Amino acid sequence: MAPAATLLSTDESDVFVLRADGDWLVATAAELDRTLDALALPHDARVTVDLGHLERLDTAGAWLLLRTEQALAALGNSVVVANLRPNLKPLLDHVRQTGHHVAHPHPRPMHYTFVGFIARIGEITLLLLHRGYRILGFTGIVSATIARLLRHPRRLRWTAIVAQMERTGLDAMPITGLLSFLIGIVIAYQGGDQLRQFGAEIYNVNLLGVGILREIGVLMMAIVIAGRSGSAFTAELGTMIVTEEIDAMHTLGLDPIEILVLPRLLGLVLTLPLLVFFVDFTGLLGGALMCRAALGITIPEFLRQLQYAVGNWTLWIGVIKAPFFAAIIAMVGCYEGFNVSRSAESVGRLTTQSVVETIFLVIVADAAFSVVFSALGI
Amino acid sequence: MTDGSEEFVIRVHGLVTRFGEHIVHNGVDLEVRRGEIIGIVGGSGTGKSVLLRTIVGLNRPAAGTIEVLGHDMLTASEDEWRAIERRWGVLFQDGALFSALTVAQNIEVPIREFCRMPDRLLSEITACKIALVGLPADAADKLPSQLSGGMRKRAGLARALALDPEILFLDEPTSGLDPIGAAEFDQLIRDLKSSMGLTVFLVTHDLDSLYAICDRVAVLVDGKIRVDTLAAHLRDGHPWIHSYFHGPRGRAAQAAEARREAGDPMQVPAYR
Repeated sequence: MAPAATLLSTDESDVFVLRADGDWLVATAAELDRTLDALALPHDARVTVDLGHLERLDTAGAWLLLRTEQALAALGNSVVVANLRPNLKPLLDHVRQTGHHVAHPHPRPMHYTFVGFIARIGEITLLLLHRGYRILGFTGIVSATIARLLRHPRRLRWTAIVAQMERTGLDAMPITGLLSFLIGIVIAYQGGDQLRQFGAEIYNVNLLGVGILREIGVLMMAIVIAGRSGSAFTAELGTMIVTEEIDAMHTLGLDPIEILVLPRLLGLVLTLPLLVFFVDFTGLLGGALMCRAALGITIPEFLRQLQYAVGNWTLWIGVIKAPFFAAIIAMVGCYEGFNVSRSAESVGRLTTQSVVETIFLVIVADAAFSVVFSALGI
Repeated sequence: MTDGSEEFVIRVHGLVTRFGEHIVHNGVDLEVRRGEIIGIVGGSGTGKSVLLRTIVGLNRPAAGTIEVLGHDMLTASEDEWRAIERRWGVLFQDGALFSALTVAQNIEVPIREFCRMPDRLLSEITACKIALVGLPADAADKLPSQLSGGMRKRAGLARALALDPEILFLDEPTSGLDPIGAAEFDQLIRDLKSSMGLTVFLVTHDLDSLYAICDRVAVLVDGKIRVDTLAAHLRDGHPWIHSYFHGPRGRAAQAAEARREAGDPMQVPAYR
């Protein structure tokens, strides 16, 4: 039956009857809410709430009844509830028992205001400084652990290191190789198109050689590895925090830095220089094939020109950067993993954060290397 | 809420569940009456939670029929499912609250999905549910990660009760709670059941809960189920059932219940 609430006046001027009919359920609550709001409630009168025709009631309906009762009482009326069916009584009593609970309005978020906006900038600045400080602290702990292990090299976990090398390096070869090959093709095609206008197609080889060996090969690889392995480090360590594995290690007298961080760090630092070499090769291969197909530069011509274009240092500049990038990826990945609080949600959040931070730091480091190399004149 | 048209709200017949080669249920029959609290027990790996998940449609059985509130769930259409889903509430083991939402927002999710109502009324009803499960009012704006395990369960219960369901599925509601918290939770379930006319499907390991609140007990053994009153299970000769109810913990819970019925104040769980 459709829900209804009607206020009836009686013969006596200060006696009213409020009739609640039909289904007072969560599904009908919105309609009842409107009806009840529209009632002109009396004041300083005697009101009987007649529930004789109330058919069904749930907690939402019970709340509406109580709210109306409270509103009536607040206007100075004396309220009597009558004719409640026995099977509905326990619910109404239960809701009444839990006390009157006024919904408090949600405060407007602070950062919606101008002062809040300024305060937020300040908060974030402090947060970033604090985070930098903590990463520095983490680097210190890891360095101290490395120093300690140098005195006891047998404690180094070679099995774990080799396993990490396989996961982060060997398993990454197909994807990094393919991407670098494709980028070689793209650069060769775009560069060739421009250089052909001057009849200088052959210098496309210089563009490819210097570009890939010095910058693009290593940078692209670092970004792929950050997304592939850096995120994995954060997620793995973070999950171990959630499942209390790290705490278990502490209580067993095992050092998580030594067992979890060092193999990842050393594995990546040892692997990435090798991976750069491979990535450089596939990149140049893609470029060479594109030069042959689009510009008619044969492979022997390509190789001869490459020897002119590339100096002693060009390859090494790329390779030297790799262990530094590896250290950034591993350190940030592990650091953010340890930052996970004991909730599944923070694992996801910090994994994203770790990848963004790593890529940012890798590119900053790359820029720093450029400055240093140009100062050194190489 | 009840229209009393069906005596059995859940009927499971010949249910077979398997994961790969491993057979969990091998012909399970279960009928749950309207308004009762049925406790599901069994050893680890006997498929208590799997049975719950299968009934609510999170797991598809290999064979058998499942009927909830008169609808055959395995052949039900999308619309039928939606209609049934708003008539039951499920409390998962750790509350399964949406971690990005506050407690109040969690409770609002099902209401917003199924009903249209002004924001003021919505927050009033939400506050009402929060009080109903015994959470303090300031828990409303907290995130699940800021709550203790017991509070998360209460918040999960409030979300399960958001639409005043007819059937409440509880997956180990008292696991991980301290004895006082567990006793309070049992009392809460019993109160809600009697005031809201709920049918409760309770998966538990907690013998105290079984003694305190269950009308009937279903024991999962050897891929089958045995449903009976507790008194009948106590006389059962099956070795696992015997050792379950007559082991040291079973005897302790039995003794506690006996003392509670005798009115020993030391044993009555504190309830706010």
